[in-house]
Amino acid sequence: MNIHEYQAKQLLAQNGVAVPPGEVCEQPVAARAVADTLFAEGHGMVVVKSQIHAGGRGKGTFKSGFQGGVKLCKSPQAVEDTARAMLGQVLVTKQTGPDGRQVTKILVTAAQDIRKEFYLAVLLDRATSRPVVMASTEGGMDIEEVAARTPEKILRESVDPAVGLMPYQARKLAALLGLKGALIQDAAKLILAVYRAFWNHDASLVEINPLCIIADADGRESVAAVDAKMSIDDNALYRQKAVQEMRDLNEEAPLEIEASRHELNYIKLDGNIACLVNGAGLAMATMDIIQHFGGSPANFLDVGGGASKEQVTAAFRIILSDPNVQGILVNIFGGIMQCDVIAHGIVAAVKETGLSLPLVVRLEGNNVELGKGILRDSGLPIISGDSMADAAEKVVQAVAS
Amino acid sequence: MAILVQSDTKVLVQGITGSFGGRHARLSLEYGSQIVAGVTPGKGGQQFENKVPIFDTVSQAVAETGATASAIFVPPPFAADAILEGVDAGLGLVVCITEGIPVNDMVKVKRAMAGSKTRLIGPNCPGIVTPGTGKDSTGGCRIGISPGYIHKQGNIGVVSRSGTLTYEAVWQLTCRGVGQSTCVGIGGDPVNGTSHLDVIQMFNDDPDTHGIIMIGEIGGSAEEEAAAWIKQHCRKPVAGFIAGATAPPGRRMGHAGAIVSGGKGTAAAKIEALRDAGVGIADTPSVMADTLLNMM
Repeated sequence: MNIHEYQAKQLLAQNGVAVPPGEVCEQPVAARAVADTLFAEGHGMVVVKSQIHAGGRGKGTFKSGFQGGVKLCKSPQAVEDTARAMLGQVLVTKQTGPDGRQVTKILVTAAQDIRKEFYLAVLLDRATSRPVVMASTEGGMDIEEVAARTPEKILRESVDPAVGLMPYQARKLAALLGLKGALIQDAAKLILAVYRAFWNHDASLVEINPLCIIADADGRESVAAVDAKMSIDDNALYRQKAVQEMRDLNEEAPLEIEASRHELNYIKLDGNIACLVNGAGLAMATMDIIQHFGGSPANFLDVGGGASKEQVTAAFRIILSDPNVQGILVNIFGGIMQCDVIAHGIVAAVKETGLSLPLVVRLEGNNVELGKGILRDSGLPIISGDSMADAAEKVVQAVAS
Repeated sequence: MAILVQSDTKVLVQGITGSFGGRHARLSLEYGSQIVAGVTPGKGGQQFENKVPIFDTVSQAVAETGATASAIFVPPPFAADAILEGVDAGLGLVVCITEGIPVNDMVKVKRAMAGSKTRLIGPNCPGIVTPGTGKDSTGGCRIGISPGYIHKQGNIGVVSRSGTLTYEAVWQLTCRGVGQSTCVGIGGDPVNGTSHLDVIQMFNDDPDTHGIIMIGEIGGSAEEEAAAWIKQHCRKPVAGFIAGATAPPGRRMGHAGAIVSGGKGTAAAKIEALRDAGVGIADTPSVMADTLLNMM
């Protein structure tokens, strides 16, 4: 599960990470009030940052024409005007896709006197099954580009789960980043705190980009997390109640929200051939085989091992709510699930939703002949596929014609 | 003779009194597997279906029955603990079926079990089947949730991250009269006990395995790691299928480990690595068996 920058900063701050002062706002008036306070506290400039689950906000453009999802403001009035220009508007960035994302929250935060930018992240290293802390002097840049062009600039410290990230490891990273004097301990303290947040909140990723050396009004330098991104392991949400409350339904596709309510694993894509499958691997393979035969998958959908009649009906309704869908492929390998049970579910779902699109069903496994018979005897125009390849070819042809 | 489990392997089931564990313990018994004990804390002394004694702890079950393997059907919040209890009891094999275990729990489990003699398969896996010689391959050993009847005893090893894709490959082989030595589901999680490479090395050393099918998917680098070893060391033909070529980046495709992150873990990269290693690539799941058989 993804969370917003302002929420990530809250969690990080709770774990002792230095973040710039600021507050999330949903109204221009509230933004102004926060700005008043920040300016009164002596900050020279305030940044207004759109809160969406996507990067590239600074260079993004609103559909209204307003440029930039991250704006530096020199006065409370400017903050209020910027807030008014952003809130309720749709921001398009390189990562949102052309549809963009509506901005309903902004983070109003003190701008920092930034002397240097670094990159810091904590994530799972799948090769070692251990958390790894990654750092780089190339802050404020796309880390994948850095990894591609100058991989030697990426530092890594592997964490032993028996002891967690050790202070010496954090100091080692700080020194390798070129920090000196008091900044070494300052950075080490922040790195340890970031790791603590990663571990305590079951994060799959914490990314601080940029991590900055900032200077206060007296020129005294310190280290702070100027931006923050956090993703939380979905499997751990049951024990992360505070994070569960941070879920933002505006950031999720409505059909995917609906699917999760029925405990269906559904991901919407852009194509026109929908699929309904049991098993994640088989579901991915079904999307792939549709494309292999020249079609375009509309979704990933794994009904899992249970697939009650209600779930199959809910799945059909969700699939049919996607206006792009022009055909459906059902691919079931009934292991413990019986093919006749699934066939009954399909017939009931089709009758209830009043399906009029081409439907190809491929059944294999336990009670397959019984299942095929149920589909044949239903009187519904269901096309039967003999193998996955046969079924995929048939649905692609049916949609093309 | 096959790998990991044989028809006489004594298996205990952790979570046997839950509906999921109970259903599959029953199916394994019907298949002819030696389910010799169940473990549910607090229900020691009871019987499962008047056939299988239930114990409070894995250690007690092992001491009383000599079980050497476990199937874990325990819910996610308790599964890591169940795995380590199995390791502590000295089991040679622990197969964790549970889906939904927090990644950090598995990170801790792997660290805690380092150096132990226990092999962990899974989690989030369909389990292992070594088919028998009876009708519908009964008489073998079935640990987990795979449908028994699709198997046939023979000489092809199957290793896979996906459950239903495994059944596809196995059924294709059986329908062509070609049997399997052992079928291993390693599971769909990003942190697991046993990799493709681990199993392929076992198949390579098993005199009864003559060919191998490996099924992978997006996310991580397990398939690339296997490919590098296969290229240098594998003496047996390998065919492979990789799912997820059409998966959008950054999305978790059902399995917790099926995600393309930071450009890494794509199906294309895996397919290239496998091809380079001489692995026969099935373009679609419908031709997995034929791809291997054409190489043999």
